[in-house]
Amino acid sequence: MRMEKEEVIVVKNLYKSFLDKVILNGIDLKLHRGENLGIMGKSGIGKSVLAKCIVRLIEPDSGEINVLGKDVLACNDTELDDIRKKVGYLFQGGALYDSMSVRENLLFPIRRTQFVDKKHDSQELVERSLASVGLLDVIDKMPSELSGGMRKRVALARTLILRPEIILYDEPTTGLDAVTSGEISELIIKIREEYNTASIIITHDVKCAKIATDRISIMENGVFMVEGTYNELVHSDRKEIRDYFI
Amino acid sequence: MSDDLITKNMKKINTKIISSRQIKVRKAQLQEEIRNFDTSIFIDLGELAIFTGKVIKQFFKPPFEHKEIIKQGFLLGNKSLSLVSVTGFIMGLVLTMQMNPILTDFGAQTLLPGVIAIAMIRELGPVITGLICAGKISSGIGAEIAAMTVTEQIDAMEVSGTRPLGFVVSTRVLASTIVVPILVIFADAFSFLGAYLAINIFSDMSSTLFINNAFGMLSFKDLIPATVKTFFFGFFIGLIGCYKGYNAKLGTESVGYAANSAVVASSLTVFVIDLIFVLIINIL
Repeated sequence: MRMEKEEVIVVKNLYKSFLDKVILNGIDLKLHRGENLGIMGKSGIGKSVLAKCIVRLIEPDSGEINVLGKDVLACNDTELDDIRKKVGYLFQGGALYDSMSVRENLLFPIRRTQFVDKKHDSQELVERSLASVGLLDVIDKMPSELSGGMRKRVALARTLILRPEIILYDEPTTGLDAVTSGEISELIIKIREEYNTASIIITHDVKCAKIATDRISIMENGVFMVEGTYNELVHSDRKEIRDYFI
Repeated sequence: MSDDLITKNMKKINTKIISSRQIKVRKAQLQEEIRNFDTSIFIDLGELAIFTGKVIKQFFKPPFEHKEIIKQGFLLGNKSLSLVSVTGFIMGLVLTMQMNPILTDFGAQTLLPGVIAIAMIRELGPVITGLICAGKISSGIGAEIAAMTVTEQIDAMEVSGTRPLGFVVSTRVLASTIVVPILVIFADAFSFLGAYLAINIFSDMSSTLFINNAFGMLSFKDLIPATVKTFFFGFFIGLIGCYKGYNAKLGTESVGYAANSAVVASSLTVFVIDLIFVLIINIL
């Protein structure tokens, strides 16, 4: 008998509206351990809203969200903090703290969450995280001194510092040149192997979807209209699905 | 009736109908605006109260950010010190020049240092410093946190379980609560310097006599409420700046809006707190 992989995120019947505009219209989603799920769709369709609902940066109107076996919507603040420490989130613009150096950016979550006690251990963790994204040499630079691609990679290193079990990538390659976006896509795969993470990758970038995802869901009208592997979707009979990969 | 006249009258009637319609529409719009204005004030006050509760809760939750409080205190104080000192100096100078002829007419020139001291310490020093800090500190905090909100830095802290309210907000509120009373002391001290200089323009008064006259008329009844209210000024100036910045909407224009509304709200709050303190003191 084939063993089913553990579900790390389960979203059921999720609704979210802003004023009278329905963004999420009863959406369902499952993410398995070690899996990279791509989410594609037009701009403004609600992909980022879905990701933010999963970590409760946005409160959904109704539905169920289960992360690592815990009902996110029923959590109190402390329980929510515990779940959030296990879910990394890479923001579209990196969201590095401007007033802190790269080292301080990475040390900040460790210190605030008391992830490791000893100063020596936290320094080692910072260096290891930066090394895994290949940017150890920028450790004492300020975010304003970094290029767009570097900022994304440093943000990814900061996400990795708390050893998350799940990573939500919000447009990881947007605004980057083809070479750098390819490097980021490869990095997503490398991180999964190194840290054994499951990921949701919200992207418009076909190359990123091809390299970094195992399965892709295409969102339209607040629900997923189709799901499949990159090859299945690229060779779909329906033109409107193939259009996403042009 | 000629055709021209009929057309002219028809036009008049139409204009009247249109204008009465416009009035009705405008009336409905105004009613809606008044309703929205009323509710938005109450919603804002309610949200500010909830926000205040959350921030105060963070004061007692570890990890305590002593270093960040000192850093923010230094930045906020350093930013406003020169402005507050110059304003205090000019206030002392101008007030003395205005009061001197009046008191001279009554033959009460020796009371001048005492009158200036009471006016500055009880009222002008704290309120003017409060207003300057509302402009400098509250807008600065509002714009800084709004920029962090717009660039998702606050969300990034939230999502890593690092509680931005504790690190970003409570540290700035505490720093502002500590720094504003210190700035008021500077403003008062420089106003004394200005007053001393102004008195010596018109007449000759030794520094010892000036200090004796000034402090001779002051009592603890003047000092304590004036000092206590500056802590409240500082707390609300920091809090309102943080609140406006923290609740900024996405988009760069919201940074300017947060800074601007922080100045307006905290300036108004300075006057309201001052009024409350005066009423309490008068009752006591």
